[in-house]
Amino acid sequence: MSDVIPSPAPPRRGWRQSDSPVKRAFARSRTVQVASAVLLLIVLATLFAPLLAWQNPFDSGALELNDAFLPPWSEGINGAFYALGADDQGRDVASAILYGLRMSVLVGVSAVLLSLCIGIPLGLVAGYAGGWFDTLLMRVADVQLTFPVILVAMLILGIVRGVVPEGVREQVAVLVIILAIALSDWVQYARTVRGAVMVEKQKDYVLAAQLIGRSRTAILGRHILPNLLAPILVIAAISFAHAIVAESTLSYLGVGLPPTQPSLGTLIRIGQSFLFSGEWWILLFPSLVLLALALSVNLVGDWLRDALNPKLQ
Amino acid sequence: MSSTDPTSPPVLRVRQLGVTFDTYRGPVQVLSDVNFEIAAGEILGVVGESGAGKSMTGAAVIGLIDPPGRISSGTVELAGERIDQLQGEALRRIRGRRIGSIFQDPLTSLNPVYTVGRHLVETIRTHLPLTEAQAKARALELLEEVEIPEPRVRFGQYPHQFSGGMRQRVAIALALCAEPQLIIADEPTTALDVSVQAQIIALLRRVCRERGAAAMLITHDMGVIAETADRVMVMYQGRVLETGPVREVLDRPTEPYTRVLMAAIPSVHERLERLPVPEIGSSAPVEAAKVVPVARATRKTLVEVRDLGKEYDLSLGWLERVVSRQPRKLLQAVDGVGFKIRQGSTFGLVGESGSGKSTVARMVAGLTVPTRGQVLFDGEDRFQTQADLRRRIQMIFQDPYASLNPRWTVERLIAEPLEVLGLSQRPEETAERVAQALRRVRMKPDDARKYPHQFSGGQRQRIAIARALASQPEFIICDEPTSALDVSVQAQVLNLMRDLQQEFGLTYLLISHNLAVIRHMCDDIGVMQRGRLVEAGDAQEVLDAPQHEYTRVLMAAIPDIRHVH
Repeated sequence: MSDVIPSPAPPRRGWRQSDSPVKRAFARSRTVQVASAVLLLIVLATLFAPLLAWQNPFDSGALELNDAFLPPWSEGINGAFYALGADDQGRDVASAILYGLRMSVLVGVSAVLLSLCIGIPLGLVAGYAGGWFDTLLMRVADVQLTFPVILVAMLILGIVRGVVPEGVREQVAVLVIILAIALSDWVQYARTVRGAVMVEKQKDYVLAAQLIGRSRTAILGRHILPNLLAPILVIAAISFAHAIVAESTLSYLGVGLPPTQPSLGTLIRIGQSFLFSGEWWILLFPSLVLLALALSVNLVGDWLRDALNPKLQ
Repeated sequence: MSSTDPTSPPVLRVRQLGVTFDTYRGPVQVLSDVNFEIAAGEILGVVGESGAGKSMTGAAVIGLIDPPGRISSGTVELAGERIDQLQGEALRRIRGRRIGSIFQDPLTSLNPVYTVGRHLVETIRTHLPLTEAQAKARALELLEEVEIPEPRVRFGQYPHQFSGGMRQRVAIALALCAEPQLIIADEPTTALDVSVQAQIIALLRRVCRERGAAAMLITHDMGVIAETADRVMVMYQGRVLETGPVREVLDRPTEPYTRVLMAAIPSVHERLERLPVPEIGSSAPVEAAKVVPVARATRKTLVEVRDLGKEYDLSLGWLERVVSRQPRKLLQAVDGVGFKIRQGSTFGLVGESGSGKSTVARMVAGLTVPTRGQVLFDGEDRFQTQADLRRRIQMIFQDPYASLNPRWTVERLIAEPLEVLGLSQRPEETAERVAQALRRVRMKPDDARKYPHQFSGGQRQRIAIARALASQPEFIICDEPTSALDVSVQAQVLNLMRDLQQEFGLTYLLISHNLAVIRHMCDDIGVMQRGRLVEAGDAQEVLDAPQHEYTRVLMAAIPDIRHVH
């Protein structure tokens, strides 16, 4: 191992010293600029969906059945313009995507946040304290890992359905699906965080903090947690895309969101049945948007991981 | 010495070798104008500090320089044949067959899922046209050759069943498989304990001698060079400073850098006031050795350790133990250790890896609770007292890369003890004390805004010392403070520690495996072996006239640059 002693570094050109390192890293990467532009566009689209869409695609009164299966870039009977075509019920695909995106992003973000809130504290405590709590938690995690995510989610959904009275089921459907996905997803955060904590807690900087009498909470929160950001961010980015797909799978199986609250996954499910009869646009455009969403979240997540690492600045 | 036959070319001849890395900022020359030869049966020692280009030279010879690096000039000849331009299959045939390599870490250079026998047999059959049975016979011969007891039993065992020294013996056997003409050993003994190191050095010398193989021994340890090599090449910043017979270079170095580098190495035999710090271009004469005034230490005992013991629980996890009804397994890491440290003095605790010295340090620091015994600080029991001792006891760790949180700025690192211990109420006061701490370790207050990775190993260790000093402690525990550092940086850090001790009347507990560092720094020492304190007393008396057998073995095993082989 050669220990490279930094020789007087050549002066950095272009960026002003006052700029933060994160800004500098942003200015350097073309990829992250494009990815965050796409992400921004998607976020804006979800926020302003009712203004951008000319049709409320899930208000059956607003649909024009005569426009069914119109290909992209064509005009309907009443002069409406279908930029991305129409589906079997004369629903404008572009408007449907805008509405579906809202639901998908809402479910994805909330599910990831919730599973972070469950997984990280459990992983921190298990990794740092060890002992019976660690053993117990990891066995629970192991058991849960042997069941497919969908099965766990269905189980939770089933229980909630049994408990909640019929009338309010539709209202709580979104909450239930977020809870279901988060409860089946926390395991990977807990496991990763636990493993990383076990590595970090051996390091001397933790001993140095113990020496001056820092509390366990301070050591975990202020010393160890910042060093776990990298793996957490990567998993969060991946599982965000994963949560969206899980939601659409559940919707496909009929245990997810009701048809009155459609998501991107619901649209893909609808489009799937028309793929082989030539109406490709019903499936293609929602899928492309889902792909763009997942990809840009992953790219921004990866970049953020590096930008927040002082070693790589 | 070498059996040079004037008619035949040397085994290895390197001429005008240059290695360049093509980076985004343009080409960076990491090696330039490296010239040397090694004759058959000769061992060339290559010394230098981190980044001097020693390992790079070895890698260039075997064609193992990874892109973006490339050999940009010069030639490498193996027995008169150019090998620096070989590629692919031709190069692979030379590696292992004609050049054998031994690496630093014997743990990672062997595949843990292969038996030692399989490693050997496969290597032999790759290079020599032998049948399985012949290869096995040869493998057993080789194991015997490298002095592995019971080769037949060991043949079927896995690397984890071998100790570090035994693994390095296997690595040597592997390098010898195809009777290579040249052996390149890159820091072969750095990861080993002193007593094992001595055995490996002797073995390496013997096998090279007996086979007439040329060897290139890369190390940062001058002592190892003095004990092993015939000739030595001193490198600094990618250049060769001087080459010559080992005694000549070590006794009468011509380059000022080499001269100071030699003087910067602490010796087990004498104690200097300060160590000279090598820097290129410094032609200042090496100061004459000054004997330390011993009057600093007072009679008062600051720290007393009584009958300290620590057991570790190596049992299985709670669930497995309950299910399979296994009893707890206990390891006696420290057993009945007791000593006293006088105020203002340095107490050295020395021993090999696994001797329990770091566990003692942690118990004295209060990080590990002892199973039995007491640690008294200024008359108060470390684990009973209500008094807050945190401010008065600090610690410096071995690895300056791991002891500073990489996500924190230097300012935050040094300010943490001040804030947590309530020593500073206002932010301005904290900033002032951080700056003061940095100045004390001879660093600039501006460095406070940087992150640890922006500093070199020695600078980081100084930051760690600044953090320890911030709360103005009386007692500092130093756990191998310089073993991750180069000789010149070690000299700087040891000098700094000495200065700070005189300035603030600090008391040190110094843990080290390096007897020379212990000798240089300590007033009193204790020698530990397998959890027990086998010998303790005045440093000079113990090291000059060791009473215990183990201390004698340790002293004898130290490679010494003054040693003549």
